[in-house]
Amino acid sequence: MEHQTPFPDTPFSKRHEHLVVIGNGMAGCRAVEELIARDPTRYRVTIFGAEPHVNYNRIMLSPVLAGEKTFEQIVINDHAWYATNTIELVTSDPVQAIDRAAKTVTARSGLTVSYDRLLIATGSDPFIIPVPGKDLPGVISFRDMADVDHMLDAAGKGGAAVVIGGGLLGLEAAHGLTLRGMRVTVIHLMPTLMERQLDEAAGWLLKSALESRGQVILTEANTAEIVGDTHVEGVLLKDGTLIPASLVVMAVGIRPSVALARDAGLEIGRGIKVDDHMVTSDPSILAVGECVEHDGNVYGLVAPLWDMCRALADGLTDSHSGYRGSVTSTKLKVAGLDVFSAGDFSGGAGAEDIVLRDASRGIYKRVVVKDDRIVGAVLYGDTTDGGWYFDLLKRAEDIAPIRDMLIFGQSFASGGGTADPKAAVAALSDDAEICGCNGVTKGKVVACIGAGNATLDAVRATCKASASCGSCTGLVETLLVVTLGDEYSGERSVKTMCKCTSFGHDDVRREIVAQGMRSIPEVMQKMSWSTPDGCSSCRPALNYYLLCALPGDYKDDQQSRYVNERVHANIQKDGTYSVVPRMWGGLTNPRELRAIADVVEKYDAPMVKVTGGQRLDIFGIKKEDLPAVWADLNAAGMVSGHAYGKSLRTVKTCVGSDWCRFGTQDSTGLGVKVERMTWGSWMPHKFKIAVSGCPRNCAEATIKDFGVVCVDSGYELSVGGNGGIKVRATDFLCKVATEEEAMHYCAAFIQLYREEARYLERTAPWIERIGVAYIRERIADDPEGRDALAARFLFSQQFTQDDPWAARAAGEHREQHTPMARFTPIDQTREMA
Amino acid sequence: MIGEWLDIGWVDEIPVRGSRTVQVTGGDDIAVFRTGDGKVFALADRCPHKGGRLSQGIVHGGAVACPLHNWRIALDTGEALGEDKGCTPVIPVKVSGGRVLLCRTSTMKAAA
Repeated sequence: MEHQTPFPDTPFSKRHEHLVVIGNGMAGCRAVEELIARDPTRYRVTIFGAEPHVNYNRIMLSPVLAGEKTFEQIVINDHAWYATNTIELVTSDPVQAIDRAAKTVTARSGLTVSYDRLLIATGSDPFIIPVPGKDLPGVISFRDMADVDHMLDAAGKGGAAVVIGGGLLGLEAAHGLTLRGMRVTVIHLMPTLMERQLDEAAGWLLKSALESRGQVILTEANTAEIVGDTHVEGVLLKDGTLIPASLVVMAVGIRPSVALARDAGLEIGRGIKVDDHMVTSDPSILAVGECVEHDGNVYGLVAPLWDMCRALADGLTDSHSGYRGSVTSTKLKVAGLDVFSAGDFSGGAGAEDIVLRDASRGIYKRVVVKDDRIVGAVLYGDTTDGGWYFDLLKRAEDIAPIRDMLIFGQSFASGGGTADPKAAVAALSDDAEICGCNGVTKGKVVACIGAGNATLDAVRATCKASASCGSCTGLVETLLVVTLGDEYSGERSVKTMCKCTSFGHDDVRREIVAQGMRSIPEVMQKMSWSTPDGCSSCRPALNYYLLCALPGDYKDDQQSRYVNERVHANIQKDGTYSVVPRMWGGLTNPRELRAIADVVEKYDAPMVKVTGGQRLDIFGIKKEDLPAVWADLNAAGMVSGHAYGKSLRTVKTCVGSDWCRFGTQDSTGLGVKVERMTWGSWMPHKFKIAVSGCPRNCAEATIKDFGVVCVDSGYELSVGGNGGIKVRATDFLCKVATEEEAMHYCAAFIQLYREEARYLERTAPWIERIGVAYIRERIADDPEGRDALAARFLFSQQFTQDDPWAARAAGEHREQHTPMARFTPIDQTREMA
Repeated sequence: MIGEWLDIGWVDEIPVRGSRTVQVTGGDDIAVFRTGDGKVFALADRCPHKGGRLSQGIVHGGAVACPLHNWRIALDTGEALGEDKGCTPVIPVKVSGGRVLLCRTSTMKAAA
């Protein structure tokens, strides 16, 4: 402490109003600076600080932790500044009480000082999540210099650290600790890092970059407990994972520090409520910075703080200007990576996204436009134009004239009269690189077009321009227009997957495998998706392609599945569901039938129907009742029939040689075996199988995706049948001698379909497209290829043959079956009034 | 006095790019959505087309695709997007301190 006694009454003090500032941080000192700049003699100033330091730049604690700066380098105002401006500084002595009647404040040491005006600038407190072990030594927050000293101490001993919170502070702490040699794991509750500043695509890029530097990043990870006896030893997650650590940094967020103001009886909302002049509910008391709530908003960034301090100093010097709130933007370097966001980037009606992705340089830019005005922006990797977009946003500038060039940035969009993209592309030199991925120049693309390649696909196939990440697709198309003029039809021979991409299904799929992509955001980034998180067409397709490419390894994205596959039942038009338990080969028994009858009665199902696939369909089940229904069916030994999925549906059989006088083989037995092998597999579309015991074909095997017709000498296999809108009989594949071969060929065929058909393409149109000769070549004529396909199918099956109903009945994804809340109006008429 | 906002739970109880429902006795459910960038919206759980449960659709960008016939509904206005015409009632919703709050009057009106 620098002052032990109350201030002597000097002539100076008597002549001037006394302004007491609680908080020696960035807001408090900035307010004093602004005040001195306007009128250096009007107030006598005393500042109370809780820390032992002079005013320093809290934002720069990260570089201190990372070893890039020393504490001295981040000091904003040194002792000389306080002395020159005759400011009394009281350090290490936090104010603990305000007496509004007596107009005094009392600090921890007992020091009591009277004020004429009081400024509260207490900032924020770190939010500590209330888990067991949160008070153990070694668990710290990241808010002040003392926290940095703690971290440096711990890092000096080496070992492992856990950072809880994947926001800016958490990632900065993780970065610093990594540089200091610790093994760092970041635990983040949300699926996306820095979800308040970044959208999913940018968050994914950030995560990949940090992971490549050796940090372990766990998203959607929920902390259960911090473990240790006398010192922290690790963090236990709710899923049971234990991460050993000798240091835990809690960086889950901050909340306005309002305790002092609340005790003094000031009006508090989320922060200390202030008017436009930063005056609280007591006219003698002002407040500024992160601790205040202005017009319903609380800010945690620096820029609004500067605006507030200006308005506050104007008010204190009787030239009231008033603070009008701040539109904030965030331009940050997170662990050395540039990110920027501003405004509203949630989309919504009338909002259009302009997206630029440059996969090879790791750049993602997204500008959200509404009624020809920029309303939001997210930039990753290249934030040069952040300030420009933010400026256009704040001024609500009409961007229609530069819209086509907007995403390329200021230098392009306002570059001397080149607002016509065609002219800009035409003006490029022949050496200018069009496709960065494949190093193709404008000259080469134009030559390629000149040689007769008049479509985008032809150009892609010939000179490879725009054939990898696709981000230069627009440029190549402009070159086609410029070169061919009216001859360019503008049509592509390959239909794109959806409006989110310029690629077709086959291209996307090939690249997923070739580049080893592992998640939906990764595909969208590397293949330059034009929307931030896809649409209801591409998301389920990508989810399936990744699931197929990475058996056992890919984490299924529930939000990219149609409702039926998400709740494992079929939605009906009244919002109830139908439930179909599996009946292997169409066989059932009294126990199963009794269980089904009980379910129908217990849950008031209005209808039970025999399906075309030889099973029983229970209609009218409420979503909330589904887990209980499944538990009852499970108890009788039944599992999900997948009647809702793009997956194996049924294996229909006839009674075969056991009973039928015409039966040639055990068709029911084979059907059951085939269904046991194939159930649970996800496919491009639904898939039906049948086994008939003789050529009379009672199981209708010749209109199934895979059909077996038994004959005396073996088994006739055929594929690609469909009994739907357009009836198609199967194509004959081949004849085999044994049941084992029939099953082996079936597995190989399914895997070929899984790997090569497009999402939502049934086997019938697939075979019409590629020809049955190709199928015979791959399945019948290539024993090694057939074995490999069947092996891949059986490998992937080991990960999917868990009954999804059993997991749900045991409580998995319970939120999908229970409403978040229920309300019963007490008195409907009064509620309505 | 009855407050103007109904507290329905924590924001992270709604899956990202997903939805939960709120039941009101005697009326239709309310669907509460959370988008990829963490914004929360609420609509009557009823597509303007054939009454499909919007809460069961795929949420993408600022819209949801109805599970019955793939109509796309804007989450902030309830309007059908593209060629389709129709509108679903919007329930004012806000998030405060991590809690999701629904406008009482609109919730009760949607239920009636």
